[in-house]
Amino acid sequence: MSKRNLCQISPGFEEIMPAEYRDLVERGPYGKGWGVAEMGSFKELIEEHPLCAGCGLALSMRLILVSLPSPEDTVVVGSTGCSALAFPQVALHNIHSLFGNQNAVASGLKRALALRFPGRVKDVVVIAGDGATCDIGLDSVLHSWFRGEKITTIMLDNEAYANTGGQESGMTQRGTVLNMAPKGKKFGKVAVPEIARESGCVYVAVTSPAKPKNMEKAVRRAVLLARDLGPTYVQLLCPCPTNYKFKPNETLDRIRDQEKQGHFRPREYYTPEAEAFIRQLEEAKG
Amino acid sequence: MSTEKYQVLSGPEGYLPPAAALMGIVLPARGEALVEGSPVARAEAMEKAAEKLLSAQNPYFFPGPLILWDWKEGVAEKARAVGEMARAAGAGIIPMPDYRPKYPMINPAVEINPNHPNLTIWHNKIDVCVFVGVHCHYANVALKIIRGGTGCYTIALCAEAGHEDAMITFRDMGLAELKQMTEVLIRKKGELQQ
Repeated sequence: MSKRNLCQISPGFEEIMPAEYRDLVERGPYGKGWGVAEMGSFKELIEEHPLCAGCGLALSMRLILVSLPSPEDTVVVGSTGCSALAFPQVALHNIHSLFGNQNAVASGLKRALALRFPGRVKDVVVIAGDGATCDIGLDSVLHSWFRGEKITTIMLDNEAYANTGGQESGMTQRGTVLNMAPKGKKFGKVAVPEIARESGCVYVAVTSPAKPKNMEKAVRRAVLLARDLGPTYVQLLCPCPTNYKFKPNETLDRIRDQEKQGHFRPREYYTPEAEAFIRQLEEAKG
Repeated sequence: MSTEKYQVLSGPEGYLPPAAALMGIVLPARGEALVEGSPVARAEAMEKAAEKLLSAQNPYFFPGPLILWDWKEGVAEKARAVGEMARAAGAGIIPMPDYRPKYPMINPAVEINPNHPNLTIWHNKIDVCVFVGVHCHYANVALKIIRGGTGCYTIALCAEAGHEDAMITFRDMGLAELKQMTEVLIRKKGELQQ
């Protein structure tokens, strides 16, 4: 089966296909290797979504989807949270798992895809919120890392349970007051990147949509390294205007301010094997 | 529960209708089909399906991803055969390109979604529909929703084991069987015009 055939409309049905699908076939990113630099020149995998204006998570999802090295061979596993509201609009195979189960589902999926498509690389990417990754799903996340599952885990960190009214999560910063956390959070952000590093992830990156090229690099590295070496983890700061009560056009400024104040610290960790692999990739790319 | 044999008839049967399987309807054996829950020979079911399609006011075909996307050898030929069948039946075609629950973004004028197929049927006032090329698990869901919430008569052309929740269901529908169905439609249409 060639890649071309995966998104080719059968003869006779071209005219009756909705415009959205014709656009995806004619101007979509499948098999093209396009990225952030080409944004605006092709039909993206998500264009309409029901998330709030200025949602950092929506912007991150858009950039993640643009950054996937092989969208036509990627399956995304999501979980309960704001992102789950947008997934039905994503033109990519995606599975909604029970809250917190996402890494367990992704582990099984990765193994099943390897059996079903032995001659083909299938990327499995978990995209879930901070509640699903750091709190409710932490056990399945950690055990997928302990087992060395070759999957990528991406946390959309909006520092709250946002679509249930604003409860604190493990990723909320110390002292933060939210609608449903009126006394302020008593402890700081859980150090998930460091836990990931110590739990078997070969590559860990903390970044944000405020630096799209950096974010693209992190997502691509994470997906490519997970193919061969083992689990990878990317944590994206995605501020939430609705719960943190700032204007929708201030989302990126908020990330920059957090970085300036030292509350947000972009960083990368990789194993020596991962570092060598990245060097090889980047040398090959020139 | 009634001891009378359950019939799979067009609805609306109400919110959450029982699955036909739960009511004792068993999938057809090889060479057979089900008409309203009763097993009959495939040829007989083709006659019945043709009658339903040709007497319908607004029949539509709902091709699914297995037919709409040219994803492997043999699909293009089946897609052409389905197109010819729809033309022979005088039916329109509304595609089901994928199964994303795109609520509330679906445009019922141009697409059907298995998670809320009733929207497309209501919007277009479809009285007879044909499922073809829809993965079985989603066909089962959609056919049950249609029976529950609409009066549409459903026909399933399944390449696998059939769908007991359709009013008429065929199984093992390969290229030859699709062409056979088209021939029945053309003959029946000729008979009706005489």
